[in-house]
Amino acid sequence: MEPKVKVRNLFKIFGDAPETALERLKQGQSKEQILEETGHVVGVQDASFDVGEGSIFVVMGLSGSGKSTLVRMLNGLIPPTSGEILIDGDDVANCSPERLRDIRRNKIAMVFQHFALFPHKTIAENTAYGLKIKGVSAAERREKALQSLDQVGLKAWADGYPSELSGGMQQRVGLARGLATNPQILLMDEPFGALDPLIRREMQEELLQLQRSLKKTIIFITHDLNEALILGDRIAIMKDGRFVQVGTAQEIVADPADDYVSAFVADIDRGRVFTAGHVANDAQAVQLSDDSQNALKAMEDLNRNALYVLDGERIVGVVTYQDLSTAIRENGKADGALADVLVSDYPVANRDAQLHELYGLASTGLPIAVTDKNGSLIGVVEPEAVFAQLSGDEQTQDSVRSDTPPAA
Amino acid sequence: MLSPADILTIPFDDWVNTLVRDYLVPNFRPFFRALQVPVTTVLNAFDAFFQFIPMVVFTLVLAFIAWRVVGRGIAIFTLLALTFIDMIGLWTETMTTLSMIVTSVLFCTIIGVPIGILVAGSNKLWSVVRPILDIMQTIPSFVYLVPIVMLFGVGMVPGIIATIIFALPPIIRLTNLGIRNVRGDLIEAAEAFGSTRWQMLWEVQLPLALRTVMAGLNQTLMLSLSMVVIAALIGAGGLGLTVYTGLGRLDVGGATAGGVGIVLLAIILDRITQALGEQSGVRTPSLRQMLVSVFRPRGAVTGETNKTGN
Repeated sequence: MEPKVKVRNLFKIFGDAPETALERLKQGQSKEQILEETGHVVGVQDASFDVGEGSIFVVMGLSGSGKSTLVRMLNGLIPPTSGEILIDGDDVANCSPERLRDIRRNKIAMVFQHFALFPHKTIAENTAYGLKIKGVSAAERREKALQSLDQVGLKAWADGYPSELSGGMQQRVGLARGLATNPQILLMDEPFGALDPLIRREMQEELLQLQRSLKKTIIFITHDLNEALILGDRIAIMKDGRFVQVGTAQEIVADPADDYVSAFVADIDRGRVFTAGHVANDAQAVQLSDDSQNALKAMEDLNRNALYVLDGERIVGVVTYQDLSTAIRENGKADGALADVLVSDYPVANRDAQLHELYGLASTGLPIAVTDKNGSLIGVVEPEAVFAQLSGDEQTQDSVRSDTPPAA
Repeated sequence: MLSPADILTIPFDDWVNTLVRDYLVPNFRPFFRALQVPVTTVLNAFDAFFQFIPMVVFTLVLAFIAWRVVGRGIAIFTLLALTFIDMIGLWTETMTTLSMIVTSVLFCTIIGVPIGILVAGSNKLWSVVRPILDIMQTIPSFVYLVPIVMLFGVGMVPGIIATIIFALPPIIRLTNLGIRNVRGDLIEAAEAFGSTRWQMLWEVQLPLALRTVMAGLNQTLMLSLSMVVIAALIGAGGLGLTVYTGLGRLDVGGATAGGVGIVLLAIILDRITQALGEQSGVRTPSLRQMLVSVFRPRGAVTGETNKTGN
């Protein structure tokens, strides 16, 4: 599928003669060198990325990394020095002012760090601003604004003024204003950066919740890697105007591209990045009707301490090597030993369960069954694999199958 | 002692004389005469209007507006001050002065606000306009009275034109300031939603700059009042003429009476326009809302201010 937003070789250089600075940049001079010799500030250099429809693309970087410049180029608030920005195939960087205005009115909305609500307009008027600009009638504006405010839980405040609201509420209005015109793309420039941590967490949850039903294409800017990992389907790490790494949360945490990214990733709660699916082994199991000796042999071959037992497709429990071998030794070659030593109170988790939800399950010492939504076994998580992944220790992970490729 | 004048003397005064007398006056007099037409029309309309309204009606209406906009104190003051002016026999002169001032403020607004908006949008333009405003404010008004008389003649309208030149800078400066001070992210937000230049101005910039613009209007009004006596030198009437005549005849009483009239008028107008500016500052409503608030029942106005106060 053609990406919704497609950016190729985007450059932004601030100064009087950006072309000359661009030449120097392409010849390999550094950002600092150009600033010193020509006084030009390199905002963004050679950014290329695609954002698929309905996905969240997070650009993460510290202040001065060029992330705000980048997002402002996407809706033409800042004209790029060179490069292409294609939105549904329309080149935003090189279109007429009328076309650009049309795109801004109908396709892209923006949410700002400091909310940027109009203090002289009521909350409903603020929400309806984009509609008013488009020339929508007053009654329809009001109706849509109320709908949009309802989505963020602020319908009751429609006739108040922004100054009466707390920061979190103001940003909800900012979001409602962005959603009111029903845009396909939402640009969010550090929208939760000015909020305190608890409210920020709440807003992130709410955004994800809204996104599940709205399916907008979101480009989200943040300086907080945790936020990026929580929200982003894909994440770009930016430094000095350049993309250092682009990938999924797991790719970035498991395999940082350089020391800069590693330094960030070091402080990350890996338990919230990876899921059971990432650390699960193949779903090796024995059937309830199988011979006990075969089950023991299978465990030895697979080098595992326990195996799940299925009855057809259904999981009936788990047997440990120790229990099974003891049972066989005591009872001689007994049939149905498998059923006797079966632990039916086995730990189970969903494929999408985050690792931090598995800590308790892992402490039972038994492997955790990973199931799909029908309850069928699709994998098994060894308790050691959970902690190996958390510690980021590559050696211990060797025995564990993972979706992420090993570090280069 | 060697002085530069020994080497070269510059006949600067002759140059200006030549420029004005031999070039501007013969070539551009019709042009300057034509400029007077709108001012004359507006002035006559206002003058006819203010002279037509009976004193009692005017006083009550102004006191009512003062009550709505400012409060009871200024309303009572307006009532007493206007009655006093009438009693000392200066009602007609006061109304003439008022129509001159209203005319000059109107033209200052019509000229000044758009210029202020334009220069707010361009640093280059502002760097050109700024020194001109500095000159307009610092040059003694007596200096340009002479060329104004030569180009426009004498009378009420040249007096108003001199007043406009003197009173125009503050409204340009403060409109410029008000628009420039609108927060950058609000401009960005308006732009991001696809506002045209005009929508941006009307929906965001002007409402948010309104308080500052109103402060400029107040300054312009006060400067206009201070020009009343000087304008009388070139034939403008009203209270200024009373003062000027008193001065010429060493008639202390007459000059003082005219002066008191000007001061009373100044206080009333100052308080009302200042209050309008502050009222708009609380939540910077649109100009329409502001005008509506003047005519709304008193209770509604206080209710609004209570709500906005928290």
